[in-house]
Amino acid sequence: MMNPAGYIQQADQIFVTLQHWVAGFFPLWLQPLVGIAIAVVGIVATFPACFAIAVLLERKGLGRIQNRLGPNRVGPFGILQPIADAIKSLTKEDIVPLSADGVVHFLAPVVLVVVTFLGFAVLPVGRNMVLLNMDAGLFFFFAIGASTELSIFMAGWSSRNKYSLLGAMRAVAQMISYEVPLLLSSVVVVMITGSLSTVKIVEAQGGFTGIFPHWYVFTPWGFLGFVLFTVAALAETNRSPFDLPEGESELVAGYFTEYSGFKFALFFLGEYLGMLSISGFAITLFLGGWGAPLSFLTFIPSWGWFFLKLLGGIGFYIWLRGTMPRLRQDQLMNFAWKFVLPMALLNLVVAGAWRFMGEGWPRWVIATAVLGGAYVLLGRTLMRRQKIGPRSYRYAE
Amino acid sequence: MFGVGVPFFLASFITLVGALAAATMRNLVHCALSLTVAFGGLALLYLQLGAQFAGFAQILVYIGAVAILVVFAILLTRGVGTSLIHVYARKWGLGLVIAAGVFALLGWALVTSLPGAQAVAEPEVSMLEIGRALMSTYVLPLEIVAVLLTVSLIGAVIVAMPEGKTKEDGR
Repeated sequence: MMNPAGYIQQADQIFVTLQHWVAGFFPLWLQPLVGIAIAVVGIVATFPACFAIAVLLERKGLGRIQNRLGPNRVGPFGILQPIADAIKSLTKEDIVPLSADGVVHFLAPVVLVVVTFLGFAVLPVGRNMVLLNMDAGLFFFFAIGASTELSIFMAGWSSRNKYSLLGAMRAVAQMISYEVPLLLSSVVVVMITGSLSTVKIVEAQGGFTGIFPHWYVFTPWGFLGFVLFTVAALAETNRSPFDLPEGESELVAGYFTEYSGFKFALFFLGEYLGMLSISGFAITLFLGGWGAPLSFLTFIPSWGWFFLKLLGGIGFYIWLRGTMPRLRQDQLMNFAWKFVLPMALLNLVVAGAWRFMGEGWPRWVIATAVLGGAYVLLGRTLMRRQKIGPRSYRYAE
Repeated sequence: MFGVGVPFFLASFITLVGALAAATMRNLVHCALSLTVAFGGLALLYLQLGAQFAGFAQILVYIGAVAILVVFAILLTRGVGTSLIHVYARKWGLGLVIAAGVFALLGWALVTSLPGAQAVAEPEVSMLEIGRALMSTYVLPLEIVAVLLTVSLIGAVIVAMPEGKTKEDGR
């Protein structure tokens, strides 16, 4: 007979046990390879399933926010809608414009999806559940994230369509601008943890004070870092309110206007996978990864917590999309360079000071005061400079 | 051969094919994309040599930023997408001489820096050590580079700023 703690641990490690069990059927020299293959299959199967759930949630949620029902025809309450969507996209005709650049047009969605999948390799989805525990895990993720920009450019340029090219240029400009705050806002976590390894970052946030966890989001610099990271992540994934690159009302669908059938589905998949992976990293960096939020809730398996948090993140994204209007290009750039970037830089200084101020309450007061003051000051100056009215164009008239 | 395996040859092959395509293709955007393949091959080469930091930095900086910069520069000039007639400049002989000179210099530097015949123990360089070194031994070069980059950033902003005061209607 096993005690409850044993069962809890078994449930926590069920996928790891499964991996070892399957690998046990193979000869010894093949076992590491098989283990890796199983983990890869797990990632490639799980996250597209999350994608299907996210799409359904989004359509249902947006419907609710806009006071309509959303999909409700396929299956009970329309929950089988993703399957219908998948079959539809597989059977649709694949149209390539006559003047398009065939090879590049074909490669763009492939590169996007492959590169986005690579990002999951260093994402710890549970205790002992990470494909690659790399010394430079976080750095790997950012390097991989930076190369998605090129695939978007490839899609926009090869379509030979003005909407596609405009959308691609907007997307690339936006992603480059917001990559800087994305990196800088996560550097604070690396500074405090002293490691770029995602596993170590999660471990550093383990443990509880009373019933509350030691997540980085519950410190002044961590909170600001989390907010800035979330904003930058929204912009990186081209989600509302930063969805200018694919603004339906102005650019049809932006860089993937000329894509149809399964290639369109691949872009859709790539976009949602990007969203899932960047939420996953926000969870890893600031929300304690697979750790439980309260000390008496540790009986739920670690992977359960990770995916619950991921669901929460996706819900937040959908909520924002349903409620926020789209930004204008100049607002987007001003916000990135005049507000998010200075705040991220200041956050670095505060995190460094936090590290050397030692334990105790003074560092809480000082860090909060500095960051809060900077927020108010920067916000005030930005609002004062803001000329609300029709925009004047320098060259376009 | 020299204790290198299949991954090394694969990475070298990708790099060389990418570089050759970048030099010979007629469409400028295709050239830029091929150059990106060469960058990726170089990153693979670094990773294969066990230099994680250099490899990922190569991807982040060259594929994530330099390739985008090249592509933007191409799109902002005229004649995008049209095959250029004069792909090869008339002074290609001079270019050949310069390329050979650079290659000779780099090769000479590499050969003279080889530490004799005996094998040297491979240094284990972790990200932590690189960070420590950058923040202590090499902090001055790092700061100089940072200042240089900041200056260039400010310069770019000044270049992009509208000249003088524009009128109220913005024309």
